[in-house]
Amino acid sequence: MSILYDERVDGPLPTVDKLALLAELRAQLPDLDVLHDQEDLKPYECDGLSAYRTTPMLVVLPERVEQVQALLKLCHQRGVPVVARGAGTGLSGGALPLEQGILLVLARFNKILEVNPAGRFARVQPGVRNLAISQAAAPHELYYAPDPSSQIACSIGGNVAENAGGVHCLKYGLTVHNLLKVEVLTVEGERMTLGSDALDAPGFDLLALFTGSEGMLGIITEVTVKLLPKPQVARVLLASFDSVEKAGRAVGDIIAAGIIPGGLEMMDNLAIRAVEDFIQAGYPVEAEAILLCELDGVEADVQDDCERVRAVLQQAGATEVRLARDEAERVKFWAGRKNAFPAVGRISPDYYCMDGTIPRRELPGVLRGISELSAECGLRVANVFHAGDGNMHPLILFDANQPGELERAEALGGKILELCVKVGGSITGEHGVGREKINQMCAQFNSDELTLFHAVKAAFDPSGLLNPGKNIPTLHRCAEFGAMHVHHGQLPFPDLERF
Amino acid sequence: MSVDHDASAALLEQVNHALNSSTALRIQGGNSKAFLGRNVAGEVLDTRAHRGIVSYDPTELVITVRAGTPLVELEAALDEAGQMLTCEAPHFAEGATVGGMLAAGLSGPRRPWSGAVRDLVLGTRLITGFGKQLRFGGEVMKNVAGYDLSRLLAGSFGCLGVITEVSLKVLPKPRQTISLRLQMDAACALQKLAEWGQQPIPISAASHDGQALHLRLEGGEGSVAAARERLGGELLDSAYWGELNEQRLPFFAAAAPLWRLSVPSHCGVLALPGEQLIDWGGAQRWLKSDADAALIRQVATEVGGHATCFSAGHCDSPLQPLAAPLLRYHRQLKAQLDPQGIFNPGRMYAEI
Repeated sequence: MSILYDERVDGPLPTVDKLALLAELRAQLPDLDVLHDQEDLKPYECDGLSAYRTTPMLVVLPERVEQVQALLKLCHQRGVPVVARGAGTGLSGGALPLEQGILLVLARFNKILEVNPAGRFARVQPGVRNLAISQAAAPHELYYAPDPSSQIACSIGGNVAENAGGVHCLKYGLTVHNLLKVEVLTVEGERMTLGSDALDAPGFDLLALFTGSEGMLGIITEVTVKLLPKPQVARVLLASFDSVEKAGRAVGDIIAAGIIPGGLEMMDNLAIRAVEDFIQAGYPVEAEAILLCELDGVEADVQDDCERVRAVLQQAGATEVRLARDEAERVKFWAGRKNAFPAVGRISPDYYCMDGTIPRRELPGVLRGISELSAECGLRVANVFHAGDGNMHPLILFDANQPGELERAEALGGKILELCVKVGGSITGEHGVGREKINQMCAQFNSDELTLFHAVKAAFDPSGLLNPGKNIPTLHRCAEFGAMHVHHGQLPFPDLERF
Repeated sequence: MSVDHDASAALLEQVNHALNSSTALRIQGGNSKAFLGRNVAGEVLDTRAHRGIVSYDPTELVITVRAGTPLVELEAALDEAGQMLTCEAPHFAEGATVGGMLAAGLSGPRRPWSGAVRDLVLGTRLITGFGKQLRFGGEVMKNVAGYDLSRLLAGSFGCLGVITEVSLKVLPKPRQTISLRLQMDAACALQKLAEWGQQPIPISAASHDGQALHLRLEGGEGSVAAARERLGGELLDSAYWGELNEQRLPFFAAAAPLWRLSVPSHCGVLALPGEQLIDWGGAQRWLKSDADAALIRQVATEVGGHATCFSAGHCDSPLQPLAAPLLRYHRQLKAQLDPQGIFNPGRMYAEI
């Protein structure tokens, strides 16, 4: 069942007269950059989920909040759908455009407005890149903690909209834990402040609600993030295992020892080999699994913790434990992990990155399940795993030029996510639902829960003009998705409520 | 003694009955925070029969608890496993429940460094204004499927539904804790805190009681010893933090109304009539003052914060009134999630 917007199941979209809208935009906002030629629109037809493309009707590139405000007012009056986009690095199609909508690109809002070391915050425009915040804070020995792997390119507005994560979440939290305040525009173009310069704000915690809401409740125009002092030192241990089960258990043992690593990553053999071929990170290619365990903080504590973790890893049956000798080797160990996706991209024409989360104890069973599903589908899967927080990134290898392989990869991906839900996990840990996982939402939530989500949406955007079709499926879509599964045999989880 | 009992069916039945008869409900656990917010006229819905720890696996760093569970029981279970709720939510009375902790959303001295109650929330079960018990979030650290309704419930004072269960992230207790007392005035303390905040010093609580700066250091043996060496001062009994959190210090006994000002930590000393006590490294100021609500709120707002009145019945809107667009969206959200307006109507604001 296609994930592209389908009015039959996703609801009718308003009919918009492109030329009339263009004329009106030019009249009301003469200094607003508007793209309307087919060839200018082309670069905006997808985000990081490039397998799915839709050409937007118009692309607008505002530079001032007043322009966005006027645009939203106009779109609200005329009933024009608006899809917000930051840097376009999202992996779930959250910024996938609509043929009958405006794509609102916020990339030109790229100014760092304030870095305040005494208050330990930075106030930035939404198009500022994640890494640029830490770079601006670096002279004060401060940094912004969440570090999604796209941090060199992704924008903070997109990070807020997706509640982006990264490799340090277990210790330092997600985007939602590192925000103080966001300025938003409502669908009607009204300004609203969520959160505050203090640690809380009166009323409901709308800052939490908006974080991860995928551009469905409002448009983010300014973000105030918390800054943290840079850890004095960071050391990384690389442990090899002859089975993924042992590596999985070692993760639980480290936590049971009362240690919260700054980062705790796991890779399986296929991923290890791909990385080693690509950048020679010094990984043991014979190992069935490796763990990278980073300990950061004050020198004396980190040294103690390294010794403790080394003992735990050896006790857990590691065949080898190596402490990065120096900063250069530490960076090399991490470079391997951070390049895992492109490395896998070299051994397969295409790959499809999944983002399920599971309770950590379920890891061995889920990895077995993935390997069985992989064999059934005839597609290889490499596993990269934020082991500390239970966030898996199975990479499905396929060749889009082979007829039917993309569909098989999608089907395999869907089954892997449903497996995550079955063991008490979630279909997305940090990439978001977007359009990509719109069908799997029907496996994670029942119709009453989805109805409540739609009620939340209705409180902020009753006319449904902000990013239509993303994040929350219609009950109609879920009914068809459920029916399709029945046709293929029995329902995947008969105990779940269906409609 | 710990009791394990699932009373969700009875709670659901009471909610459905209230929906059918359009009866307002006053949701209550241990009634330990009843003094907060506005009065609610309604039939009492007591969550306390719905109690017990549903699941707890220390290596997963997650505990799932029914809302009526006494907070002391949750804390004891964590303590036994060498873990804790980092938010140090205040009890205010013996019977405080987990549901009340979440609904009130109050956090203790560790807040600026380890987050609030809402930051620990991973998932909830909620009885809604449509008469259903639903589940949002879950027991995993990362989960961005759907809107984050679970964190929205933290601090919502029961106005959006009846919280029946919550999954919380827990952490190991620090290996080492010591507390220090450093003689200095409030202005100097705030300045020092702003400076130390930019450095990797393992401070986990910082309060100024009018006379001296009180600090708590938590971490590994090495970092705590090094910080102790560097900061000087005299050792302080760690019981101070509990007394502060539970409002049992002599400061809180004064007759004047109690206000909580939530402000940016680096905003300096606030000029207000009455006595002040600084917590949260400067981000939370307790004020005992007879001053007008309007004046107190003006001072708090000017520095980017807000003020809540903690003395029951002292002012009509104990929570700081909301700006017009925010209030409108609060009303719309309330109307969507609780269309009949049966859950704690008026507890936060007269309009919701």
